[in-house]
Amino acid sequence: MTTERLESGSAPTTTPGDGEVLLRVTDLEKYFPITTGLFRRHVGDVKAVDGVSFDIHRGETLGLVGESGSGKSTIGRVVLQLHRATGGSVLFEGVELTEIEGEALRQTRPRMQIVFQDPHASLNPRMTVGSVIAEPLREHSVSRGADRQFRVEELLSVVGLDPLHANRYPHEFSGGQRQRIGIARAIALNPDFIVCDEPIAALDVSIQAQVVNLLKALQDEMGLTYLFISHDLSMIRHIADRVAVMYLGRFMELAGVDAVYEKPLHPYTVALHSAVPVPDPMVESTRKRIILEGDIPSPSNPPPGCGFNTRCPIAQERCSSQVPEWREVEPGHWVACHFAEQSASMLEAATGVS
Amino acid sequence: MATLEPVLEVRDLTTQFDTQDGMVHAVTDVSFTLNKGEFLGVVGESGSGKSVTVMSLLRLIPMPPGEIVSGEAIFEEEDLLTLDMKDLRDIRGGRIGFIFQDPMTSLNPVLKIGFQITEALTIHRGTDPEAAELRAIELLDMVGIPDPEVRVKSYPHELSGGMRQRVMIAIALACNPKVLIADEPTTALDVTIQAQIIEIIKELRDRLGTAVIWITHDLGVVASLADRVVVMYGGQIVEEAPVAQVYGSPQHPYTMALLKSVPRLDQKGANLEAIKGQPPRLASPPSSCEFAPRCGFAYSRCLEENPTLRPISESHQVACWWDVDKGEPRYDH
Repeated sequence: MTTERLESGSAPTTTPGDGEVLLRVTDLEKYFPITTGLFRRHVGDVKAVDGVSFDIHRGETLGLVGESGSGKSTIGRVVLQLHRATGGSVLFEGVELTEIEGEALRQTRPRMQIVFQDPHASLNPRMTVGSVIAEPLREHSVSRGADRQFRVEELLSVVGLDPLHANRYPHEFSGGQRQRIGIARAIALNPDFIVCDEPIAALDVSIQAQVVNLLKALQDEMGLTYLFISHDLSMIRHIADRVAVMYLGRFMELAGVDAVYEKPLHPYTVALHSAVPVPDPMVESTRKRIILEGDIPSPSNPPPGCGFNTRCPIAQERCSSQVPEWREVEPGHWVACHFAEQSASMLEAATGVS
Repeated sequence: MATLEPVLEVRDLTTQFDTQDGMVHAVTDVSFTLNKGEFLGVVGESGSGKSVTVMSLLRLIPMPPGEIVSGEAIFEEEDLLTLDMKDLRDIRGGRIGFIFQDPMTSLNPVLKIGFQITEALTIHRGTDPEAAELRAIELLDMVGIPDPEVRVKSYPHELSGGMRQRVMIAIALACNPKVLIADEPTTALDVTIQAQIIEIIKELRDRLGTAVIWITHDLGVVASLADRVVVMYGGQIVEEAPVAQVYGSPQHPYTMALLKSVPRLDQKGANLEAIKGQPPRLASPPSSCEFAPRCGFAYSRCLEENPTLRPISESHQVACWWDVDKGEPRYDH
């Protein structure tokens, strides 16, 4: 599968079906109730995730992009059952995760791990780095005594830290090093699947590449599968095999990375790309931008119809009444837009940007 | 484009912080000139001294522990660093406007935004309240806030992050400043909102001729905005040149490495060349090049002597002993 991916070039990339499906998410919903008053009367819901379906194949990286409040982190957490879904299904290697709990769920934990955004908040300041990394080993009784110690040292060197630093505390490390510790903890149990939840957002530019390169190297060595959540569209292009674009709790577009970046079909994807400045003044001086008006609507009170219709440059009447169907416009290229087929020419007519 | 008439000249600015862990040499010998109507991008990572530099100019750093050890900052023939407080207050928010990164913590939550905008006008200009409110509405309109007549009576919490940042811009522009200093003004915002803010600032610069210092770690933002770029590392300026030169033919190994370490939206994934190692801790005054431990070109002199910023052409300055184009030391002596 890896070679297929590499050779696919600009041709339509991986279609669902090739490669083994590791994770299948269907119609996933996560509503957080809004309550009021003394008796916590239920007055509405924040629809953080509102009917999302996707597959992740073994060994691939699915990039998940979206702006703040789009629900991308919630998806990561619901997939791992850190939040329980209010609807829909999460199948991990054939096991329906939404239906199991307690010990059965705990047994699946070693297979699925997470790397958090903030390496300052996600490491216990009172635990040595060695015990942070040993905790999953201890919790799942994988190894003990000298073996465990050896494994911790091995993990430290795998992520590029000095094994002799196992006795140090998190505050003695820089942000990038702490993120490496978080990664060592995540891979300690040889998982199949890791949710990377904005793992580089809190890091300096020169350190981001270090961490991303480490994640890529680990993927190659261990055959890891990633759900890589980020708001950094340039980095997602760099790391992902397929990309999902999210807005207001729903997927807008999902396709192979080349299709999403070179031939986006959803107007929101086009606008997002257009908003990201490129580190090249020559390119920037000739670039035309689509400037979206207004803000992202509140997920507690989303507009009727397509969530993007209030800001969409090509919105028509039906967009504000009818939720667009999530459909496969080209093989492997999924879009939720009534006008996906004509969006490029409509956008050019409306904004002058092609 | 900028006419070369300096509005702000900073020379040899050095700022230190006396912390529990000892002295931190946050900014060392920083000199630069901002010309009229010019857009100057200041790029650097956290701890590179970019924020401390501009905060020092208006003496906004907490003193103590901070101390401006030396330097001058000439603005309209006055040295901001020695000016008495009363005159400095007159300049802050008046002739020099400031936009901070986080609009939530820099707006007062219990005051209506209209008041916060007019405050600058009534203090600096002595404008009467009615006229000030009209001006506030005009400013809100100018920064693209819908229904400015209504919004002028809103509190900060009633606005989104992007709207709050627009209010910050309106405040900064209230008195038609000669210089606008923006410290990571879009870092906390989503990309589509960032694009809106960038568009507003560009338009205002063209219309009002305000000179702008824009601090950021985002190389893309600088490429889209700046006329000239200053690259900071370890509390010092390591390179300074027009934007096309900094990106097209960077001369400092740090600038080169930084550009290679960021992915580009318009190109597919070549390998990212990470910069190994960590940024310096600045515990002692620089006696060698701060970047040398991470630099692929470093040679003996880099570890013995700190290179100062020197011109290599009319418009390009670099602080490096090595000539990356020729592959040999830049200076014989």
